[in-house]
Amino acid sequence: MKKKQVTDRRKFILNMARGVGIAAISGFMWSAYIDEATASQLLLRPPGALKENDFLRTCIKCGLCVEACPYDTLLLAKPGDNKPLGTPYFTPREVPCYMCPDIPCVPVCPTGALDESSVTTDGKLDITIADMGVAVIDEDSCIAFWGIQCDACYRACPILGEAITVEYSKNERTGKHAFLKPIVHADACTGCGLCERACVTEKAAIFIRPREVVQGRAGDYYIKGWDKNDEKRLKNAKEIKTTTELSKEKAQDKLNGNFLEDMY
Amino acid sequence: MKTLWNNYRYLILRRFTQIGILVLYFGANAWGWNILQGNLSSSTIFGLVPMSDPYAVAQMLVAGAMLATDLLIGTAIVVLFYMLIGGRAFCSWVCPINMITDLANFTREKIGMNKLTGVKQPASRKIRYWVIALSLIISAIMGVTAFEFISPISMVHRGLVFGLGFGWAAMLVIFLFDLFVLKNGWCGHICPLGGFYSILGKYSLIRVHHDADKCTGCMDCKVVCPENQVLSMINKESLPVLSGECTNCARCIEVCNDDALGFSIRNLIKNNKTGE
Repeated sequence: MKKKQVTDRRKFILNMARGVGIAAISGFMWSAYIDEATASQLLLRPPGALKENDFLRTCIKCGLCVEACPYDTLLLAKPGDNKPLGTPYFTPREVPCYMCPDIPCVPVCPTGALDESSVTTDGKLDITIADMGVAVIDEDSCIAFWGIQCDACYRACPILGEAITVEYSKNERTGKHAFLKPIVHADACTGCGLCERACVTEKAAIFIRPREVVQGRAGDYYIKGWDKNDEKRLKNAKEIKTTTELSKEKAQDKLNGNFLEDMY
Repeated sequence: MKTLWNNYRYLILRRFTQIGILVLYFGANAWGWNILQGNLSSSTIFGLVPMSDPYAVAQMLVAGAMLATDLLIGTAIVVLFYMLIGGRAFCSWVCPINMITDLANFTREKIGMNKLTGVKQPASRKIRYWVIALSLIISAIMGVTAFEFISPISMVHRGLVFGLGFGWAAMLVIFLFDLFVLKNGWCGHICPLGGFYSILGKYSLIRVHHDADKCTGCMDCKVVCPENQVLSMINKESLPVLSGECTNCARCIEVCNDDALGFSIRNLIKNNKTGE
């Protein structure tokens, strides 16, 4: 039997094929890991952070923001934290963001993953427009909703009276007491988490979540007709036509024709 | 004592820079020093001079990130330093993983693992270039800095500065891999950052030079070298080590008893003559 010759050319091709094959295997495993590792959406980022997708590609994981934070609020995700490795985050129940007026964590960012312009109004740093997340109240565990007087979150809020207000209403159960319920105003809330830190319940009844996670979106088909600004969104709305059996003909033709016969 | 210094002078200096850099980073985070802030991914000297990891920036670029001015300046500083001066010196003078793999190598020799596995290496040293290509492809497709999410280098240096977490597992994996699986496995075969600096530092000025006239062919240098393919000229030709894969760790210079190896500045004109 003739022995198959392994020429240099064949050797090269085989070696390349082997390399590509092994690279494909590792590539898929690697991608799968990254897909899992970046899937978490519940992380709270420092003020001025880009949207999560952009943040993940822009953050170089240097920790300069963490070092700049005077309250040790910010941490870098360690192996075992189950968060995108090396990226900065904070846990408000442990240490909230104290909303420093000079925002030391943002200008030190070398990559712009923390975007100075997103926390600047009229050329000055303005922490009150930061958007780290938004406070959410679990009305079932918030004792103020039970009728017990507590305004810890309201008092703790650094934008007191704007991000959280207290709403009075009658306590029908007793007939003679008032509810003093905290209400979060998502447009003013920065997600600093001082309320979550202050909450007196065993597990905080008010907590911060990323805005993307908790807020819905009405879309361009629903407009506040009484709001001139909101009407501008109308021009984004695209027409979508839905055709059903019934809507194939004009309503008038349908009603004048043998409409009832079709139905029964 | 003098011979001890003579035999380990570069090793001592390397440990000094490796540990010193970590201490400065640690001090910046723990006590607010401002000599060297950040970590090896990106840092500032005295809060002024930026430095950034060019391989991480390359991944950001293909992932579609907008690159800020500070970042580009920092990258340029690092690129110019290693490209013109240091070569692949990052690996042996800065990177903390080097201490782990050196320990693995030391242990390997002590317990006789090298005798068990023999001289022939079962894996290609070209793997690192494949990993670079793969990391850039994945970065482009997934829109994240792919290697930075799995880099044991980052886990270790970031861990030592900001808190280790399970980073010790990464250290152990590298140690065991180099000890039992593959000699010089991580730094000499797989690490894409090392590969990146090999390419970047190919034409740098600081080189190890060999004087074949003095060489007695004991081959101690080849035994100690973590990238011994770069020492192909030993006992043959008086040439500088021109491969970018040389980490300028200088272990070969220290073990040479014949004064046949030493650092010097690359002579550009002479190299042109030899065809390099």
